Amino acid sequence: MNLRPAIRLASVAFGLATLLSAALPAGAADSADPAADAKAFQNYFTTKFPKLKLADFVNGPYSLNEDMHRQWVEKEEFPPYEFSLEMGKEMFAKPFKNGKGYADCFDNGGIGVRQNYPYFDEKEGKVITLELALNRCREANGEAPLSYMKDEMAALTAYMAFTSRGKPFDIKIPNDPRALAAFENGKQYFYTRRGQLNFSCASCHVQNPGQRMRAEILAPALGILNAMPIYRSEWGGMGTISRRFTSCNSQTRGVPLEPQSDEYRDLEYYLSYVSNGLPISGPGARP
Amino acid sequence: MTATDDQFSEFSATRRLILKGAIVVTLTGLGNFSFGAVPALAAANDKWPEEAFKQKGQADAIKALYGKTAEASDKVKLDAPEIAENGAVVPVSVTTTLADVTSISFLVADNPNALAASYNIPPGTIPSVANRLKMAKTSSVTAIVEAAGKLYSATKEVKVTVGGCGG
Amino acid sequence: MASTIRVRATATGDTTEVQALIQHPMDSGFVKDAKGNLIPPHFIQQLAFECDGKTVFLADWGTAVSKDPYIKFSFKGGNKGDDLKISWVDNKGASDTTTAKIQ
Repeated sequence: MNLRPAIRLASVAFGLATLLSAALPAGAADSADPAADAKAFQNYFTTKFPKLKLADFVNGPYSLNEDMHRQWVEKEEFPPYEFSLEMGKEMFAKPFKNGKGYADCFDNGGIGVRQNYPYFDEKEGKVITLELALNRCREANGEAPLSYMKDEMAALTAYMAFTSRGKPFDIKIPNDPRALAAFENGKQYFYTRRGQLNFSCASCHVQNPGQRMRAEILAPALGILNAMPIYRSEWGGMGTISRRFTSCNSQTRGVPLEPQSDEYRDLEYYLSYVSNGLPISGPGARP
Repeated sequence: MTATDDQFSEFSATRRLILKGAIVVTLTGLGNFSFGAVPALAAANDKWPEEAFKQKGQADAIKALYGKTAEASDKVKLDAPEIAENGAVVPVSVTTTLADVTSISFLVADNPNALAASYNIPPGTIPSVANRLKMAKTSSVTAIVEAAGKLYSATKEVKVTVGGCGG
Repeated sequence: MASTIRVRATATGDTTEVQALIQHPMDSGFVKDAKGNLIPPHFIQQLAFECDGKTVFLADWGTAVSKDPYIKFSFKGGNKGDDLKISWVDNKGASDTTTAKIQ
């Protein structure tokens, strides 16, 4: 049997299955159950790495390799994200031209709230990430939006993460079919293969964390967003969740999406939800 | 570098400009203070050893810096990772039980210029230094300790899988 | 303009431990920009620490010191509340100075 038609057949079958599952009402055999997903996800990692505590996963590859762990401890003595963190603190405190500030856009003045992002906005019917909320805050106050990838956006999210350090991720999925659909959509994005290398996010970060991908040690998907934003030595600077997603897509030789596109927002929603209960550790430092 | 990163290289360029601007501001803004800094450095009675930093090979750099050769000593404890997580940031430190230490230097044999850093240790300062170095590729890293006029060294191989020179 | 120098100096007994992080590109001169042009070398050459008018540590740096350089050392003497003066100068003649209190 020729392989190509077989693949095509399989993908048609898969497409049908997706259509069917989308058409079927909740309660069908494979209905979405985020709580069960999160439990299975966390169990998978704690079983794979029995020596690690759940909270260790927020330190990414550094919990998986002793030599790297030593380098990390040394780095954290005076972490390379220090300048960004300080810049974020200053930016956060500086009023906009209209006299208002970031604090006016967030619960509790934006302090210690990072663990609640992203959340599902039932009015809008979409996922709102922290990066998106920050730019919306700027635009609502007559300021130009920031680039999502690094510099100022990384500094602001670094500061907000810092004020939430130690607080467990607390992502909620409201009783709204659209929220469940966003979660499922994010999950599907996470497990779908793409790019010339035909890798899914899960190929590296679920199936192979702790292994070397060429030169780098792959981070576990569990807790990966808890450390954001990160100073990556490879980047020689800071990067946001948007930068992490787009660079991951590029590294599999795929075409990255626009930062804060619906798919990335759903992906962040899924990936944050399955890390519920793990503490925020950002900003982080990574190889 | 990924395609995504290239896309943002414009931003790096901007950042560089801002940085340069900032330095100009610092210079003018500090006025007298910036002049203050230079005599302070000069008063330490030490010029930046340009010749030593210009040398390519390790032996030449040591010769240019100290005018003599070093012998290996187990009293020099060099700490460096087995495998550097990234050649751009390799934590390297040295400590020694030798007495009368006046200088500590770090060399990376296979870098374009072997001498990375050299530290003047005045009396009263503890002969123990930690810093972060760039490594172009897998290489030996050597720490030189000058004690009572003699040179002692320790060497360790550090594997580099992601080079620290960009590109 | 915030200082380019972050410093932590802690006195324990008769020893003061100093850690510093400096914001500087430390361009080696071997790296090309996105357009393929070499970025010229731009790096800190000397970094000095003074306590009570006396130099306690002097660094000579080449281009192989990492971006945003880090340094850690300790010296005898120095009491809580004493001033520690830190200054650097780079190959383009730019410089910065700051004074930190020993904790």
